[in-house]
Amino acid sequence: MGRYSALSLLRGAFNGQSHWRPAWRHPDPKPAYDVVIIGGGGHGLATAYYLATRHGIRNVAVLEKGYIGGGNTGRNTTIVRSNYRQEPLSRMYETSLKLWQTLSDELNYNVMFSPRGALFLGHSDADMIRLAEKGDAMRNQGIDAELLSVDQLRKIEPLLDFSRDARFPIEGGMIQWRGGTARHDAVAWGFARGADAAGVNIIQRCEVTGIVREGNRAVAVETTRGRIAAGTIAICVAGHSGHVAAMAGLKLPVESQTLQAMVTEGVKPMVQTVVMSQSLHCYINQSDKGGIVFGGDPDNWPSYAQRGQPMTLEGAVAQGLALMPSLSRLRMLRCWAGVTDMSFDGAPIIGPTPVDGLWLNGGWCYGGFKATPGSGWLFADSLAHGRPHEIVEPFSLHRFERGAPVDENGVGPMPNHR
Amino acid sequence: MLTIACPHCGPRAQAEFVYERTVDSVVPLDAEPAEAVAALFTRANPRGEDDEIWRHTHGCGGWLVMRRHRVTHAISAIRAIGPETLP
Repeated sequence: MGRYSALSLLRGAFNGQSHWRPAWRHPDPKPAYDVVIIGGGGHGLATAYYLATRHGIRNVAVLEKGYIGGGNTGRNTTIVRSNYRQEPLSRMYETSLKLWQTLSDELNYNVMFSPRGALFLGHSDADMIRLAEKGDAMRNQGIDAELLSVDQLRKIEPLLDFSRDARFPIEGGMIQWRGGTARHDAVAWGFARGADAAGVNIIQRCEVTGIVREGNRAVAVETTRGRIAAGTIAICVAGHSGHVAAMAGLKLPVESQTLQAMVTEGVKPMVQTVVMSQSLHCYINQSDKGGIVFGGDPDNWPSYAQRGQPMTLEGAVAQGLALMPSLSRLRMLRCWAGVTDMSFDGAPIIGPTPVDGLWLNGGWCYGGFKATPGSGWLFADSLAHGRPHEIVEPFSLHRFERGAPVDENGVGPMPNHR
Repeated sequence: MLTIACPHCGPRAQAEFVYERTVDSVVPLDAEPAEAVAALFTRANPRGEDDEIWRHTHGCGGWLVMRRHRVTHAISAIRAIGPETLP
């Protein structure tokens, strides 16, 4: 694999840029691997990358039913942050954020991580108290947080509606400056290129149709390209964890729902940070290309369809326009939907399953993208050592029956009320 | 948006309805603890048809059981809720 650099670009300028090669191979599947990872999204590719580069486990296959990064990795709103109250979540997302900070160098691939600030707005005294509490919790865990007055906010996001008769009057905010956005496709491609260079086989258009068990041990996967034996099988298919795990006879604490996002035409810089709200469910940021990216609520009913309903989009847009009325002049270019694993406490599920040799990384709700490098790092460590990494221990599959959920929002076992 | 035929009101827009939970998550009153935990915290979540409980919240308020496909969203059966429609 040639290293990407300014020098190689310059050299390419003299030979018509003819030095470019495909960033990863397209191998045929071998009959057996040490580790088979189901799902070629960010999490699966990151897991393979860290397995190969940090743990010396290179006999690894990543099986993807479509093309890599074609699922939720390419369907999110690209937001990266680690502003959580509860320690298990803070530790995991902070592990991830620290990896984001050096990821472009690590992968020699520009993932366009842009720590522009993740801003939460408060619309009432109650909101501001909750934001202050959350900020305190974050700072106590060594994560940056800054409570902002309205005057400070005016300087950061002048286009917000600060009038007293606004639909959602703004009383202040809380910002994590190290949060921001990244380019989601580049994350999948960068990890794929790095994993491939380290010897991992990335096999696209290879759908897993069954998980073969011998006794209580998962030993192989049946795929559309034949049977592949595996020492360890790792499921990284968030959105589809339910029906993939069902192939091994498991029933998961997960309900699959649709989450939509949309983007407007490109305009000059007008939104500096990632704007979110303590009371609303609306995410606004501006992509590097200039488009305003909106996200909102999940559709709140089970679906695997990768298409949403207009009511939910309308709700997200209405909230966005109430916060930033000048957005009303923009034209929407595209909207899309991904399938999310809504877990029963809003936290992911990472660890072994009751089937020997079968590991699960899923249940990411709508918070999977920002966790991509951290999830891969921690999951690879867990697989390599055959035990859950200490940071992911609280996210075991069995936490519900033990009465130990990691419930950041305190909603209880109702994925559709989250 | 789906058109949902309320057993009491006839066909109405989905906007009037709220999804509640799946039928397999209803905990029988005499359930053993393990059975209750499984019902509360796990779902079949098939990439196909499943039975769901919806409520005509912004209409008559009645509950209904809907059999719906999770990919095509096609509704194959709707019944008013009652002892005979629940496990």
